[in-house]
Amino acid sequence: MPIISIRGLVVEYEGRRILNDLNLDIEAGETLVLLGGSGSGKSTLLRQIVGLERPKRGSVTVKGVDITTCSLSELKKIRHSIGVAFQSAALFNSLTVEENVALPLREHTALAPSIIDLTVWMKLAVVGLAEFGKLHPQALSGGMKKRGAVARALSLDPEILVLDEPSAGLDPIVAAELDELILLLKQTFQMTVIVVTHKMASAFHIADRIAMLYQGSFSLVGTKDEIRASREPRVRQFLDRVPEELANPANVSAYFQRYLERKEAFL
Amino acid sequence: MATALEDVGSRAIAQLDYVGSLNIQLWSTLRAMKSALPVVGNRYRWQATVRQVLQIGYDALPMISLMALCAGFILALQGAAELRRFGALHYVIDLVAIAFTRELGPLLTATAVSGRSGSAFAAEIGTMKVTEELDSLRVMALEPIEFVLGPKYLAALISVPCLSIVCSSFGIIAGGLFMFFSARLSPFLYFRYVLESIALRDVITGMIKCLAFATIIVHVSCLEGFRVRGGPDSVGRSTTSAVVKSTFFVILADSIFTAFFYFTGGH
Repeated sequence: MPIISIRGLVVEYEGRRILNDLNLDIEAGETLVLLGGSGSGKSTLLRQIVGLERPKRGSVTVKGVDITTCSLSELKKIRHSIGVAFQSAALFNSLTVEENVALPLREHTALAPSIIDLTVWMKLAVVGLAEFGKLHPQALSGGMKKRGAVARALSLDPEILVLDEPSAGLDPIVAAELDELILLLKQTFQMTVIVVTHKMASAFHIADRIAMLYQGSFSLVGTKDEIRASREPRVRQFLDRVPEELANPANVSAYFQRYLERKEAFL
Repeated sequence: MATALEDVGSRAIAQLDYVGSLNIQLWSTLRAMKSALPVVGNRYRWQATVRQVLQIGYDALPMISLMALCAGFILALQGAAELRRFGALHYVIDLVAIAFTRELGPLLTATAVSGRSGSAFAAEIGTMKVTEELDSLRVMALEPIEFVLGPKYLAALISVPCLSIVCSSFGIIAGGLFMFFSARLSPFLYFRYVLESIALRDVITGMIKCLAFATIIVHVSCLEGFRVRGGPDSVGRSTTSAVVKSTFFVILADSIFTAFFYFTGGH
């Protein structure tokens, strides 16, 4: 039985359809990468998976509970098993990094303060921030903030880890470090990991399966090899990094003609 | 004509939506406020409440005291200018004492708190919304109303009446200074007359107003923060709107309270 099951999901904002009849199963322990261009609906789908928004139609079932119709108390129970790291990290600026990571433990467990401190240190050590726990988020770099957010997402040892564009805005080295961290978490804790990204290299490095979103619908859901071998035009466009205008072969000659005219004009 | 009707209708719906949201927020906060109480509540929420008491109350003391001194002096001067003509200078004592206890103490305090803390609440919550901190609270199974608003509301319910007492005291002290310098009335006699002129009902009505003003300031300001949409520019707009709306509602509520207390026979 899949740990997350999405059926007929339709999301609309002010009459504009963002997600269009999505169906997807995510198995326990797998790493699924949601790939797609800007505005394709990746983050919206993620918000549906963690129950931050209600859809117009359809269902999102997490661990057997339909979170689109369940009560708030049931949703809260489900959320204990989901760790989320937002695109902006969303660490609380008024708290230190340690306090940020300790927050879910203080609120949802009856652990002694010394045990919480130890757990926080372990989580920060996993993401390589053990020495920076006393700092406030403002004092951290972008990559460190994101790792802090991952540490906080891990604090309750969730079964499902959701990461929204963890490597966006980071340099390639820090982005690669985050990818390795995701792989480490999956191997060590057997977590189900859902990662939203539009970085191809990162996606192919960490994914078991890739779901490709285009204008609110899945173009393709498959393994890395299936995605690589796909002839689906939207997938190919994304993989081959083809600009939108060139996707239509009829535009190719006109595109280059314009390019040559511009080049001549400058020369 | 149809467009004008549509415009009126949509504005009316927007206003109803605003009032409804305020009501829902108020009841949700009252339900969640138990956790902000000492002993029976959550230790961390109570700590947050104490921090807020210091920010709303203690930090505002110099400003409120100075404002009250100036206002008390102005009121005594203006009152004396007219009352002196009738040989009734001693009524300045009653004027200052009653005006500050019933009216000016709560109103000046509310205006200062609205400008100082109301804007801060809207900016803080608006920024939390923009930076996804409110969403991160929700996905950690924590309710922003309980976590953010509860401590602020409890702190305001404690701070505003205390500040109002300080404000009234300084206003009355200013009146005493005026009477000392203009009529050589001894401070001892002045305070005896002040105590004779104030009835318990005046103090109670003043405190009732303070609690109502604290409720208005916190809920209007926080709602403005929660309703932030978009980027940082909307945080700025919400801050301005919080101060304008909360000051307007405070004055509106004050006139209703004053009329009510007047017609119920006390004044």
